[in-house]
Amino acid sequence: MKYLTEFRNGEIAQKIAREIHAITTRPWKIMEVCGGQTHSIIRNGIDQMLPAGIDMIHGPGCPVCVTPLELIDKALAIAEQPGVIFCSFGDMLRVPGTDADLFQIKGRGGDVRVVYSPLDAVDVAVKNPDKQVVFFGVGFETTAPANAMSVHVAKRRGLKNFSLLVSHVLVPPAMEAILNSPGNLVQGFLAAGHVCSVMGYWEYPALAEKYRVPIVVTGFEPLDLLDGIRRAVVQLEAGKYEVENAYGRVVTFDGNQAAQKLLAEVFEVTDRAWRGIGVIPKSGWKLSEAYREFDAEERFHITGIHTQESALCRSGEVLRGAIKPAECGAFGKECTPRHPLGATMVSSEGACAAYFNYGRFLSAEELASAGSALTGVGRG
Amino acid sequence: MCLAIPGRVEEITTDGLIRVGRVNFGGVVKSVCLDCVPDVEVGDYTIVHVGFAISKIDEKTAQETLALFREMGVLDEELAGEEEQFARAAGRPQSACPDGSCEVEAVKTAVD
Repeated sequence: MKYLTEFRNGEIAQKIAREIHAITTRPWKIMEVCGGQTHSIIRNGIDQMLPAGIDMIHGPGCPVCVTPLELIDKALAIAEQPGVIFCSFGDMLRVPGTDADLFQIKGRGGDVRVVYSPLDAVDVAVKNPDKQVVFFGVGFETTAPANAMSVHVAKRRGLKNFSLLVSHVLVPPAMEAILNSPGNLVQGFLAAGHVCSVMGYWEYPALAEKYRVPIVVTGFEPLDLLDGIRRAVVQLEAGKYEVENAYGRVVTFDGNQAAQKLLAEVFEVTDRAWRGIGVIPKSGWKLSEAYREFDAEERFHITGIHTQESALCRSGEVLRGAIKPAECGAFGKECTPRHPLGATMVSSEGACAAYFNYGRFLSAEELASAGSALTGVGRG
Repeated sequence: MCLAIPGRVEEITTDGLIRVGRVNFGGVVKSVCLDCVPDVEVGDYTIVHVGFAISKIDEKTAQETLALFREMGVLDEELAGEEEQFARAAGRPQSACPDGSCEVEAVKTAVD
């Protein structure tokens, strides 16, 4: 528990963990949706502070990870074209397409640029009127308002040389797809704090009610996560399935309504393929009719892309919580953060990459037997 | 990637279309769109994701979150400039290459 005791209030963390131990009478499987939360849980050893039966399942909440290979290939094909400036967030540079990645396209002479914000890409378009500027708009609801604002501004400026390659994904439909999947194991959710800071949590009561799962809006700090887990366990033990907000200092029920209004104007709901999961109905956003002229897929008409995922990769099972990363035969061998075979290894927020980076090479059974030799809170 | 970083608003202007703030993230100052947080004023803390302010938060929460994100290494990752982002990518060899030969290519590209 090196990091936790060094970094956060270890005493309060231990107290919450003891409370979780005291109230837990049987095994529960709880999914944290957001990749940032996965990173924090593994980094701080929070899963190792929990009773052996409380199993944290690491959800699909890393947009870099779930962006389909086909779209990565489209991005590479556009970035390669002469007269194009292709702008992206830095974490997409090394996501492998079928034959290359954006970093290599730059090495071959493509004008690939990293921007901090999609609004910076609009500035690039203003300054380069003779070039087509494309921004790679991936992300969940947290990232969507910034991407929406970029096309909103581009339209108001009358820019004809700016477009967005959109791969927006939405959290609630993914949660529902997981709950609907055959053999679903998830019994409760920690909802993603920053997604909810934009969207609020008004979409969740219907989900909680329909599938009888508690949903706790949770932050990213060790104490936030422990408190979110504690609240979920309290509900599970009591047979309750309510929506709770454990991140009230950032999240409100309604969320940011100005941002939601902008999103409703710029985007419309669409079916979207998730890498490692497949197509989930109504699980993404594409540009609405009024903004369709800014859609890079329409502007560049890239066709003839055929992709095939690795046969070794079991990221779909990791994303559903059916296996832990180390139970995949390729984990740490053929598949590493340097050579990712699938969704959960391609970004540091993916479950497999987090396990790899923090040295978690044991399978669930090995972890459980190692854990049973230790008692009390704070093992590991 | 979905982490929003807290920062302190130091200055508010407009570029003619949107409300823009200069926001200080523990020493790194960035230009941020404040259009969707109309109640945020100079001196307030707001959480920002990729140059877009999402909500107002109190200073204590902001400082705690900044410390956590710095500790996790995500602060540098989110706020790094373009050169640093490419340098970092250069250190990660191409992913579709299982035999390591791509490391040579990656280094070559970085030198070019």
